[in-house]
Amino acid sequence: MSMLKHLAAGAAVIALTATASAQAPKFGQPIAPADVAPWDISIGPDGAGLPPGRGTATQGEAIYATKCQACHGEKGAGRPNDALVGGKGSLETGKAPVKTVGSYWPYATTLFDYIRRAMPFLESKSLTNDEAYAVSAYVLSLNEIIGKDDVLDAQSLPKVRMPNRDGFIPFPRSPK
Amino acid sequence: MSEHKTNPMSVEPAAGNGILNRRIFLEGALVAGATGAGLASAAAEPLPVPRWMKVPGANFAPYGQPSQFESKVVRAIAPPANPATQGIGTARTPLHLLEGMMTPSGLHFERSHSGIPDIDPDQHRLVIHGLVKQPLVFTLEALSRYPMTSRIAFVECAGNSGALNSPQPQALNVPAIHGLLSCSEWTGVKLSTLLDEAGVEPSARWLIAEGADSASMSRSVPLAKAMDDALICIYQNGEHVRPSNGYPVRLLLPGFEGNMNVKWLRRLKLTAEPAMTKDETSKYTILLKDEKAWQFVFPLEVKSVITRPSPGLTLKGPGFYEISGLAWSGNGSIRQVEVSADGGQSWAPAALSGPILPKAPVRFRTPWQWNGGPTVLQSRATDDTGMVQPSRATFIAERSLRGQYHFNAVQSWRIDEKGEAANVYA
Repeated sequence: MSMLKHLAAGAAVIALTATASAQAPKFGQPIAPADVAPWDISIGPDGAGLPPGRGTATQGEAIYATKCQACHGEKGAGRPNDALVGGKGSLETGKAPVKTVGSYWPYATTLFDYIRRAMPFLESKSLTNDEAYAVSAYVLSLNEIIGKDDVLDAQSLPKVRMPNRDGFIPFPRSPK
Repeated sequence: MSEHKTNPMSVEPAAGNGILNRRIFLEGALVAGATGAGLASAAAEPLPVPRWMKVPGANFAPYGQPSQFESKVVRAIAPPANPATQGIGTARTPLHLLEGMMTPSGLHFERSHSGIPDIDPDQHRLVIHGLVKQPLVFTLEALSRYPMTSRIAFVECAGNSGALNSPQPQALNVPAIHGLLSCSEWTGVKLSTLLDEAGVEPSARWLIAEGADSASMSRSVPLAKAMDDALICIYQNGEHVRPSNGYPVRLLLPGFEGNMNVKWLRRLKLTAEPAMTKDETSKYTILLKDEKAWQFVFPLEVKSVITRPSPGLTLKGPGFYEISGLAWSGNGSIRQVEVSADGGQSWAPAALSGPILPKAPVRFRTPWQWNGGPTVLQSRATDDTGMVQPSRATFIAERSLRGQYHFNAVQSWRIDEKGEAANVYA
């Protein structure tokens, strides 16, 4: 009797396990990382995900004039949309901050990432990688962070040190 | 109002300038001397039979609309700074014209960075990849097969109430200041379910959430939040999520700043480090008094606002009024709301209308006998973590007025002798 009980209990455990695994819903379709690649436009601050290609500010100037200037103004001065240049020193205590790529953005990788995914506003994702590097270089050059003929590519872009790189601290009351 | 014997306990003022005890809501007691002057003084006219009682009404409509007489209850939309770049900006919920805690889906606020994409749900895909054992793709049909979870939660833009950072008070009403707050019942699949299916690698700490809009808006989300109460939402108030709120699928991170609740969700990439996207560096960071800025400011801290009376909702003479408003906290549930009618010199607890849910707005109500004189109305919320909504002075002392985002200090409405309300700093 006791043996039977044990057997029954054992069978019940097996049945429960089988039922549990059978019921776990799994409706995701496996996909190979290579097949996700066309969608994976993320770029890390360490440069992970940066594509091949290259560009300089000199090359970017013409692209900027054609595709960016109407919204961001001559030489990134802004208006009607965001200014990309200026604001140096405006983060100091008591001043009205002017947050631009030069004065505020902590990572140059963010600039390339945003241009590639979202700009130009009316035809996002239309720039080639070379063009995105070149326009990024132009904006960094306007802010005097790199030189006019410095080459931006997957190796050099993450090494660009932004003026406000150390300007951020974690919010002390965010949940861990 | 006719004469009744009143419960003497209930008529005691609870705070200065006519704030009455909230127990009148609970006990149904009437207020001695509280008359609706200007409303009920003269006898009413004989009652006519209106024309709509004499003819049949309209036929059925496939999708119901509000009464034609409610055409003013719409979202406030500021013209874009640049007409060439439409779809950057906000549509603000008319909170002062709504009651209860829920926001009708068509009035839910919207903040978009590149317009509202017109997404065919059959072609939409959600992919989970990066630091996972098995990258996975989900169709809407697949997502719809999982066990569903429903919860009521607010979404608030991090920039809500940002107008109060202005050094001088601006002549703005509730939607213009606080209208980037809304509340829905959200239904969908727990994100943890999908992450477990993909198998999160031990080195993963973050996931980058990305939308299928033209700007591919993206934010880094801590893995702990994703595994806690994050929801992949398919439904909003019982119907499919509205296009302006992320159709066909959006991320809900209850209590976290609105921008992180990525709409039109198409991709979740698990990573060891945050991506430092444009919207978590150049935007949605809080510049402090010195040159440092807070980054990754996730929870929207405890806050409240009186929605009635408020600018544009003019009091019609001295007498009894209900002060009504909303209180909410991204860290938990509302424990208490206090109301003052003397600029914060004295406070009385408001009645809270249930259900009181975590990370959902609560409607509060306070009975008030207005004497017709100038006064300043304020509300102050406390949540169940013990955090108290700061005064304006306390808020400024901590972070100055340069922060732009996450403004949650006490709002003051001055009521003048004409009964008109205005935004003031008190």
